[in-house]
Amino acid sequence: MERLSFSSSIFYKYRRVVKAFKLYLVLAGPGIIVMLADNDAGGITTYAATGAKYGYNLIWFLLLLLPVAYFVQEMTVRLGTVTKRGHAEAIFHGFGSFWGWFSLLDLLLVNWLTLVTEFIGMTAALHIFGVPPFVTVIVVCIVMAAMILQGRYWTWEKIAFLFCALNVIYIPAAFLVHPSVSSILEQGIVPNIPGGFNADFFFFLMANIGTTIAPWMVFFQQSAVVDKGMKEKDIPWGRLDTFIGSFFTVLVAVFVVIVTGTVLHGMDIESAAQAAQVLMSTNQFLGTLLAIGLFNAGFLGAICISLASSWAFGEVFGWAHSLNNRIKEAPWFYAIYFFTLVTAGLVVLIPGAPLVLITLFVQVIAVTLLPAALVFLILLLNNEETMGKYKNTPLQNAITWAIVGVIIILSTLYAVSTLFPGLFK
Amino acid sequence: MEQTERSTAEKVAAFIKRRFAMIDEINRKYATPQIKMTRNVKTALLLLRVYLLLLVLLLAYKFFTMLK
Repeated sequence: MERLSFSSSIFYKYRRVVKAFKLYLVLAGPGIIVMLADNDAGGITTYAATGAKYGYNLIWFLLLLLPVAYFVQEMTVRLGTVTKRGHAEAIFHGFGSFWGWFSLLDLLLVNWLTLVTEFIGMTAALHIFGVPPFVTVIVVCIVMAAMILQGRYWTWEKIAFLFCALNVIYIPAAFLVHPSVSSILEQGIVPNIPGGFNADFFFFLMANIGTTIAPWMVFFQQSAVVDKGMKEKDIPWGRLDTFIGSFFTVLVAVFVVIVTGTVLHGMDIESAAQAAQVLMSTNQFLGTLLAIGLFNAGFLGAICISLASSWAFGEVFGWAHSLNNRIKEAPWFYAIYFFTLVTAGLVVLIPGAPLVLITLFVQVIAVTLLPAALVFLILLLNNEETMGKYKNTPLQNAITWAIVGVIIILSTLYAVSTLFPGLFK
Repeated sequence: MEQTERSTAEKVAAFIKRRFAMIDEINRKYATPQIKMTRNVKTALLLLRVYLLLLVLLLAYKFFTMLK
């Protein structure tokens, strides 16, 4: 009898775990997608360059970015589920039309410029295989159109998951280069400053933190949470989703650093495409993996960034703005999506277009929006009237203000160093 | 022909008018900030304005030095 009750209690525990896991699978999505999309073409380039320049020595810093990403993005889950408003609409509602228009138009500009950089990454990656840029742009636009025109948020999310899964391609790639685990632990885990605290080192710190939190991520995740229809009782699952996403984004970043830190250490790498090309000559399979990874990173970034703009405009203008709507039901939502997508793709195809300038300019324009978006996020999370018991606790405030302060200072310095390259040297 | 051109122009004008009306409506809807304007909120918004102003000045400086 006792044995029966023991085995039945194990069975019920097992069933509870399976049920919880199934529930998580239903609710998982925005957190994982936004975090893995954060490892976009620009992000992969930054990590590749970091590994090539400093070997494994900056892995400790990447690990610190896990809580940074988690605490910022977790706030969007709470704000979205409680207010049922995307971030753009929440800013209009909370702070009035001046700050609302500023955020909305700045978001459109930043997202469009970032989308151009994603196309730069994707075309460069496929160019390694001899694919002409115009073919890449056309195919990407067709696939992205097919993804959103099927008329269901859930289907879009599941397809996005497939691309997220491809984002971890850098993990098997790292095993192919046979890195020394003891060296990784010795050099990477204990905080250290290779070569002393100089301008180059500071630039890499700024670049890495700059790629961790981008303005579109805040807008995207909050809108996705609303579009998915998450409720207050789903917040713990949303948090878990965001944590798992943060874990994977840092894991992928670390593995990119391990790959380039093992085989390209000591080289000055300017882009992930260049890293893939160099690797092609020594290890074709590894180079191919890196190029596929770069293309996928750009694609994942592109599908999220273009949606972030469409959602934001739909929320503010009161248009139908859900992926559950057909094109006839939400024409403006899809019009903005395609307009930003196609124009960004076309820019890459213009002969002699200032692509390097655009890539640098993104960093500068992003810092005009990022501080505002983050400060508004914390202020809205402290509004007891709307947030009730989900408002920030004093501890959460202390952590998030500290994180936001560091992000603002470092990303601003990064933008300033982009504007005036000799300033910190 | 002339009638078609006029009707197209009228349509475009009506379209633009509708968009502006929509923007006016949004401005009216969100005319008053709904967040409680505590001292912390006011300070944060003031600092944001100063930060953005400095950034704009920096960009303008860069633009003019590039032109020179």
